[in-house]
Amino acid sequence: MKFQLNRLLALALVALLAGCSSTGSKTGDAAAVEDRSTDGVETSGAAGAGSFAGASLDDPNSPLAQRVIYFEYDSSEISMGDQETVAAHASYLASHPDQAVTLEGHTDERGSREYNIGLGDRRAQTVRRVFELQGVSPQQISTVSYGEEKPAAEGHSEAAWRLNRRVEIVYSAY
Amino acid sequence: MSVKSLDPGIRRDDGEMINQGLLKGILLMVLLLVARPGMTALTIEITKGMEGAIPIAVVPFGWSGAAAGAPENIAAIIASDLSRSGRFEPLADRDLVSHPTEASQVQFHNWRMLNVDNLVIGQVRETGPQQYSIQFQLFDVFRTRQMIGYSFPAGKSELRRVAHHISDLIYEQLTGEKGAFNTQIAYITTAGSGKKKSYTLLVADSDGYNPQTILTSSQPLMSPAWSSDGNQVAYVSFEKKTAEIYIQSVATGTRRKVASFPGINGAPAWSPDGKRIALTLSRDGNPEIYLMTLSSKSLKRLTNSPAIDTEPVWTPDGRSIVFTSDRGGSPQLYQVSAGGGSAKRLTFDGKYNAGADISPDGKKIAMVHGANGAYRIAVLDRETGLLRVLTDGKLDESPSFSPNGSMIIYATDAGNRGVLAAVSVDGRFRQRLSLQAGNVREPVWSPFGRH
Repeated sequence: MKFQLNRLLALALVALLAGCSSTGSKTGDAAAVEDRSTDGVETSGAAGAGSFAGASLDDPNSPLAQRVIYFEYDSSEISMGDQETVAAHASYLASHPDQAVTLEGHTDERGSREYNIGLGDRRAQTVRRVFELQGVSPQQISTVSYGEEKPAAEGHSEAAWRLNRRVEIVYSAY
Repeated sequence: MSVKSLDPGIRRDDGEMINQGLLKGILLMVLLLVARPGMTALTIEITKGMEGAIPIAVVPFGWSGAAAGAPENIAAIIASDLSRSGRFEPLADRDLVSHPTEASQVQFHNWRMLNVDNLVIGQVRETGPQQYSIQFQLFDVFRTRQMIGYSFPAGKSELRRVAHHISDLIYEQLTGEKGAFNTQIAYITTAGSGKKKSYTLLVADSDGYNPQTILTSSQPLMSPAWSSDGNQVAYVSFEKKTAEIYIQSVATGTRRKVASFPGINGAPAWSPDGKRIALTLSRDGNPEIYLMTLSSKSLKRLTNSPAIDTEPVWTPDGRSIVFTSDRGGSPQLYQVSAGGGSAKRLTFDGKYNAGADISPDGKKIAMVHGANGAYRIAVLDRETGLLRVLTDGKLDESPSFSPNGSMIIYATDAGNRGVLAAVSVDGRFRQRLSLQAGNVREPVWSPFGRH
């Protein structure tokens, strides 16, 4: 199902959050969100993550619509730009404890395949740890590493490789 | 000149070693084998010829039977085998001066004029419905005498196998080393892309013929590994959307799941005695090496580090495990006793060394060696400590020794698809084998024998 949220609704998201108990957001968090929503972008920290607790997973304008985190070569560090996305998902999951998610770790094609399974796992575990630090219950999270076996982009150039070094955030049916 | 009747694999004569003629020059040759109906065609391109290859003439075998010709071209299979080893240079058919099929027809002086050291002739005879007798003789052209000669019974489906066995006998007679032509390879192919991608594990003859599907799946298959007796293959399957290790009988196809722990289950490697597998598990937090006793499924943990520890292989004496670890900052090879203890680093050349395979005599380790943006196959000589890079691709991987230790098969990239290639262990001879069916990767050479 896709909601059509116009700009007004997007701006009024905070108001929705404050009023809507069915989303499962805590009133206390919503109050904190109201305070912070005008402060600009929070790139990390649990407090900022409360902003997205009520957003729908189907909202194409929400950070939750971004389901892929990318990585530098041979790295499992989450980039500055992706930290907000990860925080958004963490916040959503923390406030929807019945929602399960799978973190799929992937690598580019270079090097040895089983080592790449390990590298993909390391990336997925990194995202898992951030989720858990932000209050997501470990039971909600599954991880799997596909190494280089399921590329998003075929090809032997950095253009393809950078699209394959990733963690995909896959929500179970909701 | 005598021919012995013999079943393959039983004792044979010890002939004298022929003196090898020296033949200088680089040989570039493209050999196209015509596919049988329903078979995948195999193209062999010899990319780097070998100096000192032994000149040999393999004459088309004679045929007597109801059909117009024999079901298999035995001489062509033998010539292709010998050529593929890099140690022999068979004469092209058009250069054969005559076509003897039995000893009395051989005129040695004709063959001497061609500077050929050795001559192989033979016959195929139909002895019953789908039953044949194959006879061959190997001659020393300069000494004008037979070195070895045998005949074998064979059913129609065994003809290629017998031809490969003859190649092994010739190879061993002339080089003193055991041949590895009557062997198999396991490998993975993929086809399609995205949601329609399929993964298939196959076993084929080591010349690429007779591919048999072991398993096909819409989810990844990885890391095939032969048991030492060649009867079983272990592999990793993601069919349940997570990695699990199965062991499957090559002959019957029956399989059992042996590892399905939370997290990674990967890189199975059989112990030489077949009782255990080494494997990678991340059940305790991050990828570590374990040994599993197959009868009891009991586990022994061998590594304990926050690094990625994976890709275990056994030394041939069954006492140690060589594995990949990035505990030093980037992937390198390490060795640990199968009884446990501290790991010792083995590779110091370059920033990336992974995916090891150990030679059958334990003296060499092949690996994926990354340097200057290219991933190539390199071999570490354990006695000298020297690392030699054998290939020159950009994305070479998955090295696997032949069971006689003379060749390494590996996966490489040919434009837009994966293909298999083989290189001699001294790096002097290299060839590409492309099975024209999809993207091929992860070749593993079987032990001696056929299953």
